[in-house]
Amino acid sequence: MLNKNPLWKNALIVLILLIGCIYAAPNLYPDDYAVQLSGTREANIVNQPLLDQVKQELQKANISVKGDELTDKGGLIRFEDGRAQLEAKEIISRTLGDNYVVALNLAPTTPEWLRAVGAGPMKLGLDLRGGVHFLLEVDMVSAVAQRLDVYVSEIKTKLRTEKLRYRSVDHREDGSLELKFSTADVRDQAESLLRKDYTEFLVSSEDKGGAFYINVNLTESQIREIEDYAIKQNLTTLRNRVNELGVAEPLVQRQGRNRIVVQLPGIQDAAAAKRIIGKTANLEFRLEATTDASRATTETYDFRDQSRHATLEKDIIITGASVSNAQSSFDENGQPQVNISLDAKGGQMMNRTTRNAIKRRMAVLFVEHKNRTLYETVDGEQVAKRVPYVEKRIISLATIQSVLGASFRITGLDSATESSELALLLRAGALAAPIYFVEERTVGPSLGEQNISQGMLSVQIGFALVLLFMVAYYRVFGLLANIALTFNLVLLLAVMSIMSATLTLPGIAGIVLTVGMAVDANVLIFSRIREELKNGLPTQSAISAGFDRAFSTIFDANITTLLAAVILFAMGSGPVKGFAITLSVGIITSMFTAILVTRMLVNLTYGGRALKKLSI
Amino acid sequence: MTTEKIYNFMGLRKIAAAFSIALLLISIGSLAINGLKFGLDFTGGSLIEVGYQQEPDLNGIRDKLENAGYDDAVVQTFGSPVDILIRMGVAHDPKLGDHVLETLQSGETQELTLRRNEFVGAQVGEELREQGGLGMLLALFMVMVYVAFRFQLKFSVASVTALAHDVLIVLGFFSLFQFDFDLTVLAAILAVIGYSLNDTIVVSDRIRENFRKLRKGDALEIMNVSLSQTLGRTLVTSLTTLLVLVALAVFGGEMIFGFAIALLVGVCVGTYSSIYVAANVLILMGLTKEDLIPQEKPEGEEVDEMP
Repeated sequence: MLNKNPLWKNALIVLILLIGCIYAAPNLYPDDYAVQLSGTREANIVNQPLLDQVKQELQKANISVKGDELTDKGGLIRFEDGRAQLEAKEIISRTLGDNYVVALNLAPTTPEWLRAVGAGPMKLGLDLRGGVHFLLEVDMVSAVAQRLDVYVSEIKTKLRTEKLRYRSVDHREDGSLELKFSTADVRDQAESLLRKDYTEFLVSSEDKGGAFYINVNLTESQIREIEDYAIKQNLTTLRNRVNELGVAEPLVQRQGRNRIVVQLPGIQDAAAAKRIIGKTANLEFRLEATTDASRATTETYDFRDQSRHATLEKDIIITGASVSNAQSSFDENGQPQVNISLDAKGGQMMNRTTRNAIKRRMAVLFVEHKNRTLYETVDGEQVAKRVPYVEKRIISLATIQSVLGASFRITGLDSATESSELALLLRAGALAAPIYFVEERTVGPSLGEQNISQGMLSVQIGFALVLLFMVAYYRVFGLLANIALTFNLVLLLAVMSIMSATLTLPGIAGIVLTVGMAVDANVLIFSRIREELKNGLPTQSAISAGFDRAFSTIFDANITTLLAAVILFAMGSGPVKGFAITLSVGIITSMFTAILVTRMLVNLTYGGRALKKLSI
Repeated sequence: MTTEKIYNFMGLRKIAAAFSIALLLISIGSLAINGLKFGLDFTGGSLIEVGYQQEPDLNGIRDKLENAGYDDAVVQTFGSPVDILIRMGVAHDPKLGDHVLETLQSGETQELTLRRNEFVGAQVGEELREQGGLGMLLALFMVMVYVAFRFQLKFSVASVTALAHDVLIVLGFFSLFQFDFDLTVLAAILAVIGYSLNDTIVVSDRIRENFRKLRKGDALEIMNVSLSQTLGRTLVTSLTTLLVLVALAVFGGEMIFGFAIALLVGVCVGTYSSIYVAANVLILMGLTKEDLIPQEKPEGEEVDEMP
């Protein structure tokens, strides 16, 4: 029994540890407090002269700048501490005004050579960094109800054009439609018409109280589709809103069937964020003014990209409330187009207006309620004041080719990108399913800092205690286990960084727990070795037997813990997920370091020579 | 194997059983009478943490809030005397945090900071409660299946009994002392399941090995031998884990305190249960050599074990 590893095995282990060190390294460089600048639209470019101008203003206010750089998204100015960052943000937004978004940011300070291999630090969760977390719920009952109302008007129109006389078409409380007819014959014709034209309906007929009925329910898949649509529509709107807030790394994503989670790290003013997120955009459809129209009845608006403008009539044909759907697609010639559906009332209004306006042009205005921050001097002090204003921009101006009804299309678009963007904007401004806040968590920056420093302190102290104990109890072997444990922490950080996982406070707790539990494998191995020595095995055989026999135990014990961690991950949300991730990764890395790395170290220390005693 | 000191663990098994049953009865009783003091995560409601510069007068704060119309506010310090935690069940208003801060700031010379503002809808809380319970049951079930597959059904029953024992006692502890039961505590309990299982598996592994290996001795003696052999490891691992948990409880701050306490209790109970509960259940179910020997593939390394 020699207990020597083949060279390739040692080389492989060392290589893995080296890679681990490299990818864990970025976490050693603390982030800089920074302010990020970006233009609100294409025309406002962030360039060096602009940065210089900003720096001059900062110098006047005695704020020292650590560095500045141009990035692909705009500009970044770094500061020494959080206070300078906050003061600077105010000065910069005052200097640059409305044309630029000024956002607080944490800028990584990873050196170039590390960035070159794709290494970067772990992200910090909201509880460590400060920020706002919202959970919004989309009211699916109203989303489905809205769609059913559209169906009611569609069905009425259809029955009328087919000359099938109905007594009523009702949208009932339970989410179904009820059609009432006077004769069985007409009812049956209507039923076959509905079955043919609407595959998304579950149609059944019924006779009661001398009248003849058709009941229409939506299929489960159709309800799902409506829900998906409602979620996507709200996601679009929310993303637009969030961009307006100028948060550096916002997260807007669907969670489960009917919820949307919004995370805004670094945001301090939760109330303002909530105000902006909670509001919605609108649309206005208007005719282009004729050249001889009087000034009093017209208004001039810019296009969204501000490249040109058009003069429109003041009269609004319909608003976004009438738009039930907008989808981009291709026409029969493969040209991009956007299909728009209106509700019944909207269809009537559109029909009435366009009847007399063929060959004229119709514009769609995108209406947003925004806030502008003004700075006033009150009693010698600068006070920030939020002034709400309405911004209206033209997103489409197209010639009316024929009389339009409840569904029409916009053609003549240049590209598929343009059509999908137009559809997106139309949906964003269309009648959205209502959303409401079901969860909100705001963590102030001071609490975040405190959480991080306390978390790190407990990791350090716990780690030190374990190291001391291991050396005291297992001597040389304890020392070797400690080296392995240190590498375990490095690998854990490396894997978390590579996965760009988010570190949360429970995540730190998971690291602490991993430190305590990771030595378990070593303890198992070492007590086995001790046992074998007592049984009278020669030292080298005892080492080998100790590692071999402990393996299946270690494996079983860790797999079961991993099971619990995976379940935790699957059902947990936010911070708890962070805990589950660190725990799972920690279990896997600890198996590697405790078994392979310790074995390598033991073999290097004791392998290949005759020994009388082991220091264990 | 004879050099190791053999402790007569199983001699105390009746006393241990009585002790466990007593603990369980207290836990279940407390859960039935007091229930758990669910935190915001599970009940829904609002929570606001405000930082003062100097120690404030809690009654003054309560009066101020009551005058401002927040009559259901519960005010307490959080961690340090200058951190004030305010809980409310009121329907949320987007600016609740700001309003409360304004209310408290009025007539105050020091500057206050809003440290944390949380709101959880009642429905979200209810779902989490359901999910949490479901998660725990699922974890127990998965463990049962895995252990039955890797070991044997009796071991599976024994380890799940030990786990349920641990979970119930931790829950009972939280109920008895009315600590806040929030999401991190739930995470801790699932970690306890993982930890305690780890312990139980190590002991079971040795019991299985010894049942196959030792020619003489009845089940009780084999249990004693196995438990004695693993005792050193069980204690060392528990000790290192307890060390880091104490560090976490003392230095980790208030937000993670419940988590650390749940794990501290869980690790202590888990260590005890892996010695007394799992083995005890195995004896009760009458584990015999026949249960383990006729397995189709006895792992080779364990059969030709005696030197």
